[in-house]
Amino acid sequence: MSSAPAVLFDVPGPKTIARHRLYTVVAAVVVVAVVAFAIWRLYAEQQFEYDKWEPFLTPSYVEALLVDGVVTTLQMAFTSVFLAVVFGVVFGMGKLSDHWWVRWPSWAVVEFFRAVPVLLMMILVFYTYGIDRGTSGAYWSVVVALTVYNGAVLAEVFRAGILAVPAGQAEAAYAIGMRKTQVMSLILLPQAVKIMLPAIISQCVVTLKDTSLGYAVAAPGLTAVGKQIYGGFNNQIPTVMVLAVIYIVINLVLTAVATWVQKKFVGEKDPLEVSMVGLTDPDAGQVSARGH
Amino acid sequence: MNVVIDNIDAVALAFSYTVLLFLIAGVLSLVFGTLLAAFRVGPISVLSKATAVYVTAVRNTPLLIIIFFFRFAGPKIGINFNFVDIVIADIRLNNIFAACTVGLTVYTSTFVCEALRSGVNAVPLGQAEAARAIGLPFSGVMREVVLPQAFRASVPPLASVQIALLKNTTVAGALGVFEAFARMRSFLNDNATERIGIFVAFAVIFVVLVEIVSFFANRIERRWRIA
Repeated sequence: MSSAPAVLFDVPGPKTIARHRLYTVVAAVVVVAVVAFAIWRLYAEQQFEYDKWEPFLTPSYVEALLVDGVVTTLQMAFTSVFLAVVFGVVFGMGKLSDHWWVRWPSWAVVEFFRAVPVLLMMILVFYTYGIDRGTSGAYWSVVVALTVYNGAVLAEVFRAGILAVPAGQAEAAYAIGMRKTQVMSLILLPQAVKIMLPAIISQCVVTLKDTSLGYAVAAPGLTAVGKQIYGGFNNQIPTVMVLAVIYIVINLVLTAVATWVQKKFVGEKDPLEVSMVGLTDPDAGQVSARGH
Repeated sequence: MNVVIDNIDAVALAFSYTVLLFLIAGVLSLVFGTLLAAFRVGPISVLSKATAVYVTAVRNTPLLIIIFFFRFAGPKIGINFNFVDIVIADIRLNNIFAACTVGLTVYTSTFVCEALRSGVNAVPLGQAEAARAIGLPFSGVMREVVLPQAFRASVPPLASVQIALLKNTTVAGALGVFEAFARMRSFLNDNATERIGIFVAFAVIFVVLVEIVSFFANRIERRWRIA
């Protein structure tokens, strides 16, 4: 990444260096001016007054934010990711099956849930299951919706991970007389898991951000606590800032873990990326699974 | 399913809001995302770092929080869109619509920036070096050699970003625009016996919209692909 400028630019000469210095000064002034203007606006509108920030400095509110907010949100996110991995393994394997009557339904399920917005699924589960069950109903509406969506994405990750194992590995395993299940469980899966881990952790970031959609069904978690706080204190701006910072910090930690796992287990190879643009042919993976 | 067919006008109106949110935020996010990407890969390190911080912060914030900011928090400090009021037949684009469009644009443009940056990074080192070796100036290197390849490499990730945007327009429904998600929610609320049918109808329309976007993306990718 740091090599990008070297790709695009020649080593600058004295004139260019002087010009860049001028641009740097101008850009720095503009950036500082923008930030200063934003802070001044907030100050002028009395957003820095103590009573607006009071809930975030009061231990009982902070505790509510961390326990009812962060912990519940993380619980929702990780329950969803765990279930999504199971969903993804089942349908990812299904998509790689040798039998068309397994492959095609798996393909249809994965493509459908990948294309349908999470909120649609969430509101359906909420009205058919959650609405009479109070907080836990809303909680599970969020978890179910996130599970099927992220499960569908992870099914693609899973398939791509299996296909990323060199074809010679499976061929060699068949050559020494292993059966299909043995090849999958002893040869392909252990190698694929390593490749998939960073992608799964990155998916946690997506899931965590999507837990905020629980707002639409009044689910517990950070957004619900935030709603109570700004409802009581009429301090929308500080609340939004604090919620955003909490989400950003958790996501950055997750991203750092993903990068570390990538370096540790995968090495210099590019991380696995799955396009949102689905393959329209359910047999596409099958052909390449057999080797080129 | 019947309730969807009986109220086909309302459904069409709801989806026209969805499509408008998608088209307006899509075009704006491409423009601002390109600008961000230019700052990000450009030679001025202050801009590059400031953009990196901004993009990281926005990308890691949930879309709901960002739209919430423009919708409910912004008006508290004088950021409002009350000047927006456009009426086209039954479609009314008001301040709520504008706030949601701006939120979607802010969120999506950071992903566009990252997609374009990955495209620029995908151009092999030798290409720019060879272009410089035959004496092209910087503008020529960019225009003739690097950018055409970078745009091609960016098409698949950009398509993913735009498809995500199409699905993200439903968040605007949760915050006050009466588009497809809000329409479906009120159908679900009023018709207890047909819930699965209503969901399937709306979901299928979304699948079709996603397939349309991915069809055009595939066509562009194929047309631009170098043999």
